[in-house]
Amino acid sequence: METDNIVIRRARIIDPRRQLDRVGDVLIGGGQILGTGRVGVDRRPEGCRVIDGSGLVVSPGFIDLHCHLREPGFEYKETIAAGSKAGAKGGFTTLCCMPNTNPPIDTAAVVEFIHQRARQDSLIRILPIGCVTKGRKGHELAEMEELASAGVVAFSDDGDPVYDANIMRLALTYSSDLGLSISNHCQERSLSCNGVMAEGSVATHLGLDGIPAAAEEAMIARDIALAEATGGRLHVAHLSTAGSVSLVRQAKERGISVTAEVCPHHLTITDQWVFGSKGQPTAAAGGLAYDTSTKVYPPLRSQRDVDALVTGLADGVIDCIATDHAPHDVTSKQVTYQDAAFGISVLETALGSLLQLVHGRKLSMGAMVERLTNGPARVLGESFADLASMEPGTPADIVLFDPNAEWTVDTSEFESKGKNTPLEGTVLKGRVVATFAAGNIVYESPELRFEAPRAKP
Amino acid sequence: MSLSRTIETPNIDDALAVARPPRKHVLDLDDFSREEISEVLESARSMKEVLGRDIKKVPALRGRVIVTLFYEASTRTRISFEEAGKVLSADVINMSASGSSAEKGESLLNTGLTIQAMGVDTIVIRHPHSGAPYLLAQHLNKVSIINAGDGLHAHPTQALLDLYTVQDKLGVGGQGSDSQGADSRGSDSRGSDSMEGLKVVIVGDVLHSRVARSNIWGFAKMGAKVVLSGPNTLMPPDLLRSKGNIARSQIASMVEVDTNLDRAIEGADVVMALRLQQERQNAGFLPSLREYIRRWQVTDDRLAKAKPKAMVMHPGPMNEGIEISNSIAHGGSSVIEEQVTNGVAVRMALLYKLTIGAPE
Repeated sequence: METDNIVIRRARIIDPRRQLDRVGDVLIGGGQILGTGRVGVDRRPEGCRVIDGSGLVVSPGFIDLHCHLREPGFEYKETIAAGSKAGAKGGFTTLCCMPNTNPPIDTAAVVEFIHQRARQDSLIRILPIGCVTKGRKGHELAEMEELASAGVVAFSDDGDPVYDANIMRLALTYSSDLGLSISNHCQERSLSCNGVMAEGSVATHLGLDGIPAAAEEAMIARDIALAEATGGRLHVAHLSTAGSVSLVRQAKERGISVTAEVCPHHLTITDQWVFGSKGQPTAAAGGLAYDTSTKVYPPLRSQRDVDALVTGLADGVIDCIATDHAPHDVTSKQVTYQDAAFGISVLETALGSLLQLVHGRKLSMGAMVERLTNGPARVLGESFADLASMEPGTPADIVLFDPNAEWTVDTSEFESKGKNTPLEGTVLKGRVVATFAAGNIVYESPELRFEAPRAKP
Repeated sequence: MSLSRTIETPNIDDALAVARPPRKHVLDLDDFSREEISEVLESARSMKEVLGRDIKKVPALRGRVIVTLFYEASTRTRISFEEAGKVLSADVINMSASGSSAEKGESLLNTGLTIQAMGVDTIVIRHPHSGAPYLLAQHLNKVSIINAGDGLHAHPTQALLDLYTVQDKLGVGGQGSDSQGADSRGSDSRGSDSMEGLKVVIVGDVLHSRVARSNIWGFAKMGAKVVLSGPNTLMPPDLLRSKGNIARSQIASMVEVDTNLDRAIEGADVVMALRLQQERQNAGFLPSLREYIRRWQVTDDRLAKAKPKAMVMHPGPMNEGIEISNSIAHGGSSVIEEQVTNGVAVRMALLYKLTIGAPE
């Protein structure tokens, strides 16, 4: 299987790193990209399988800088095995998993466990993110160099912010010679308090405690000041407000080392969805209100925020799209909104959601692919460039997708153990046809079409 | 899938009036039309007549089982529902979180499913979390759910009894409280149940008040003008126009906010004082109770600026001397005890409506 040669014919090749966007063929062999462009019949190796790529897009496999695979510790919510299958189905070939596990990823031993589990259970690349502080408690720095040597690709206490400003300053300073980013979940707890959804009209209607936009913006502003002062690499996780986009924009204009990510749900749905009517305008809460599948941190916000995030993503202020895939068991969501766990299962709906922006002409196809591939690779660092490339000689981690295939989200078909998505039952346009990791097909949909073998002329 | 903007459907009543199925649950007043509210108030009038009899018992709900499921302390609401059920001959079982399996960690949903499995007809629930009744309504398919107060969200039966009390006192709505009154309802009395032109001032901690939220829906749907007065820190942020950049709710479009109570109360027909929980001061919402009292206590001096026959309401339990002065609480303009009496009648009407269906 591994040494199989495959050619994908007549697909739209989008390779942002080479600024390539044209219809052509992709030849894969020996786990690598052998060529892109026109691969004539005469150049096909013996026994080469041929995929009809007409009408499809082929690009580097997506890289997710932010997901929760829950292992070790919360295997009832997700496992590396299930999460990696979900990732492959969603077109991802690299998943960076957050360290809010139990035990957390704050020692080399846990990093090694994840590597071992990934080798054994995952068909795609799993790159762990290490803790900023021991036990994610925010008091003492984790052994960041040891974690880096063990293979973590960034640091984060995600799920919790690094709330102590001095610890954040020290973390940025200490890690500045390691070449890795600190991804902070920016949430000023004294402002978010007991909030469970965005402050605003829907929260008022439903009597739910609101989280003001300032809870996110205040900490982003703090972290930007600290990044400027220390020269550390700041990565802002999951932006959700218009004000946050402005802050990052200003920081970049001033040349500060800051990068940022945004999630598919914050780009496509609003706090209206908490009413349970899938975003349809409603004057009465109705029986479906308090849809706990919409409970996520940061919270779904207003259309104004969504518009600002899309603009920021399109113009490059926001470097990349990350899923914040946060799978949960059913029980964690079948409770009151206040008690429900934060998080949405995103890996398998990300592409379909994002293509709405492309079909709606708010984001170009090229920019979408860039923010899912080269954007996150840049945040990880230059040594990860090959993960987002279709240059001959790079690993054949690629995705083939049909941007126009309509499908209805049915969580019973999810590979992820987390069925928690507000998109259940909605129609999305665009779906992965096949995902290749190191040249192997790690996911294929029934839509994948092989051409009948032909003898060489 | 649409990327919707803020709520923009002022004519929801029209939408609801089209082919509305018989009501199964009472979760909030936001999905009641004016017509349906009037129906309930009309029915409550007949129920109040029953309560005035020597023998307060009718067989309407004989053989029906009602469970009151209370996760929060309550005196008047729980007893009021219990009495309402018993007067209608239903069997009423009271359950509170303390002493139940909730103490052993049973989830709300499993408790609800257990109660449903016992064949009850109606669950009356009070819960500290907003939306708890919706959770039951979404997962229990055989029982009716009545919201008896959920978190900060809603207290629809309180709002209905408040509307009833105002109608009763001001003589709007069906005039005759005797049972014959219902027969003579004609086109002339239609519309007279509206509260057009009435000014209702709700004073205090609107942010944390489910009573305020449901009353805003109720009074606004009936045509009254609703003015909110209280500290800006205790107003939902989207109601404060000056704080500008967040979407305003439909609730915001139905009310005016005036922090100056002396001005807000001018010409009021109804003044409703909300309970001020003492913890709000510790949480920083208020500089002191003293300052709150100075600015927002409903007093004789302030009430003098309202209409001469203005009535004062309070959902209870009161902090006399904080949100309301002693002389107002027990004075001639207070309808606080009538509110309690009417609560039983309104809850009878709702229990009847959900169990038997809307009257012809």
